Amino acid sequence: MSEPLNLLIGLAMGLNLLALGSSRLLAVIRAMSVQGMVLGVMPLMIVGLSGWNVLFVAVMTVVIKGFFIPGLLRRAMRAARITREVEPIIDFVPSLLLGAGGTVAAVALARVLPLLPEHAGTLLVPGALASVLTGFVLLIGRAKAISQVCGYLILENGIYLFGLLLLEATPVLVEFGVLLDLTVGIFVTGIIMDRIQRAFDSLDTRKLTVLRE
Amino acid sequence: MIAGGGALIFRLVLWLMLAPLLPGIINKVKAWVAGRRGPPVLQLYYDLARLWQKSVVMSALASPGFIIGPAVAWVALTGAALLLPLGPAGALFSFRGDFLLMIYLLALSRFGTAWAALETGSAFEGMGAAREVSYAVLTEAAVITAILSLSVHSGSTSLATMLAPSVGAGVVLLAAGLFIVLLAENCRVPFDDPNTHLELTMVHEAMVLDHSGPPLAVILHGASMKLLFFALLLTEAVLPVGNLAPMPAAGILVAGVLAVTVGVGLVESLLARLAFRRVPLLLTTAFILCLFALLLAWKGGAA
Repeated sequence: MSEPLNLLIGLAMGLNLLALGSSRLLAVIRAMSVQGMVLGVMPLMIVGLSGWNVLFVAVMTVVIKGFFIPGLLRRAMRAARITREVEPIIDFVPSLLLGAGGTVAAVALARVLPLLPEHAGTLLVPGALASVLTGFVLLIGRAKAISQVCGYLILENGIYLFGLLLLEATPVLVEFGVLLDLTVGIFVTGIIMDRIQRAFDSLDTRKLTVLRE
Repeated sequence: MIAGGGALIFRLVLWLMLAPLLPGIINKVKAWVAGRRGPPVLQLYYDLARLWQKSVVMSALASPGFIIGPAVAWVALTGAALLLPLGPAGALFSFRGDFLLMIYLLALSRFGTAWAALETGSAFEGMGAAREVSYAVLTEAAVITAILSLSVHSGSTSLATMLAPSVGAGVVLLAAGLFIVLLAENCRVPFDDPNTHLELTMVHEAMVLDHSGPPLAVILHGASMKLLFFALLLTEAVLPVGNLAPMPAAGILVAGVLAVTVGVGLVESLLARLAFRRVPLLLTTAFILCLFALLLAWKGGAA
C-alpha cells in the first residue's frame, strides 16, 4: 500500500514546486487542480474500495478540486480580463528555494515526530507540511488575488493530507463539509475579485493596503 | 589503485580520439531533424587538424595567460576524464574522496577558459566569461548535490564504487537534473546557442572569439571532452554499469552516451533558447531535482 501512495505524495510535492516556479497564472491553477485530483484518489488507496461513502467522497473531491474550482478561477480570470503573468513579490528562484528547503525540513522533521507505526513509513506528514508551507509562500509572495487563492487551496490540500492520517477515525462527512466550505469560499472570492477589478482596474492586492474615507 | 602505463595510454588515447565524435553526431541529428544533409560526422576532426596548422594571432594586450589558460583548461579536463571510472574497468586513479578532485578539476578548467577570455581585454569576452561563471555557480551546486546523493546511496566516497550500483527510486530525478546540468555546462541550446554569431547573446562562443590556431583547437577539443565526460557521468549515474561483465557494460556505455548525444541534438532542434532572466530558474530546478534525489537516497537508506 505504501509505495504507490508515497509516489503520489511525491508527485504532489513536485506539483507544489511547479506552482512556486511557474510564471503563468494558468500554470499555477493547473498545478493546483492536478494536485487536488491526486489527493482525491488517495483515500481509495488507503482504505481500498470498502464502502460507497469513501468512493463518493473521492469522486466528489476529484470533480470539485480538479474541475469545478479551477473552472471558477479560470472564469474569474476571463471575466476580470487580467494578464496571465504572475506578479511575484518574492521572486521565483527564492520562492522555489524556500519551497525546496521547506520540503527537506518537513521530511527531516517528520523523522523525529512520534508517529504511529503505520504512518511512519509513508510521506503523509512531510507531504502535508510541505504543502502547507508552499501555500504560505504563495499567499505571502504573490501580488495577484488569483495566485493567492491558489496558495490558499494548496494550503488546504496540505490540511487534507493531514486529515488522511485520521481517515479511519473521522466520518467522511467532515471531509465533505470541508469541501463544501472550500467551494463556497472560492465562490465568494470570485465575487470579491470582480469587485476589486471594478474598483481598482486591477487585481493587485498591494493597492488594498491604504485606508481612505 | 594505480593502473599500469599501457592501460593509461590506451585510456587516454580512447578519450582523446573519441571525444570530437560527439559534436559531429549532435550536428548530424540536428541536420536530420531539419531535413538537411549536414556536415560530416568527422567535421570536428578536420577543423582541429586545420586549426592546428594555423598561426596564432595575439592581442598586444594579452599576457602569456592567453595561451596558458586553454592549456590549463585542457589538462584539467583530461585529468577529470581519467578519474571517471568506465564501468567494470574502473578508474585509472581511484582513492577515497576522488570526487572532490574531479569537481575541482572541472572548476579549474572553467577558470582557465575564463582567464584566457579576460586576457584579450575585449568587452565581449569579459561578458561571456561573466555569464559562464555565473551559470557555473548554479550548475556546480547541482553537480555536487548529485554526487552527494550517489555517495549517500552507496555509502562510499570514491567514484568507482559510487557509480557502480543503481540509485533506486531517485534515478529519474537524478537523470533529469544531470541532463539539465549537461546542457548548461556544455553551453547547449536552452542556455546558449553554439551556432549563434551575435556577440551579445553568446556565452561560450563569446569567450573564445579572439582565440585562433592551436589554442582554439585545444579549447574546442576540451569542450568536446567535457561533453563526453558529462554524457558518461549521466549514463553511469543512472545505469548500474559497474556490476556487469565487460562486454555488455561497454555496449551499454556506448549506447547510453549515444542516447544522451541524440537527446541533446533533439533538444537543440526542438527548443528555443531561454531568455536570460529565465536561466537561473531552470538551473535552480536542476539543483532541486538533484536535492530531491539526495533526500530520497538519505531517507531510503535510513528506512
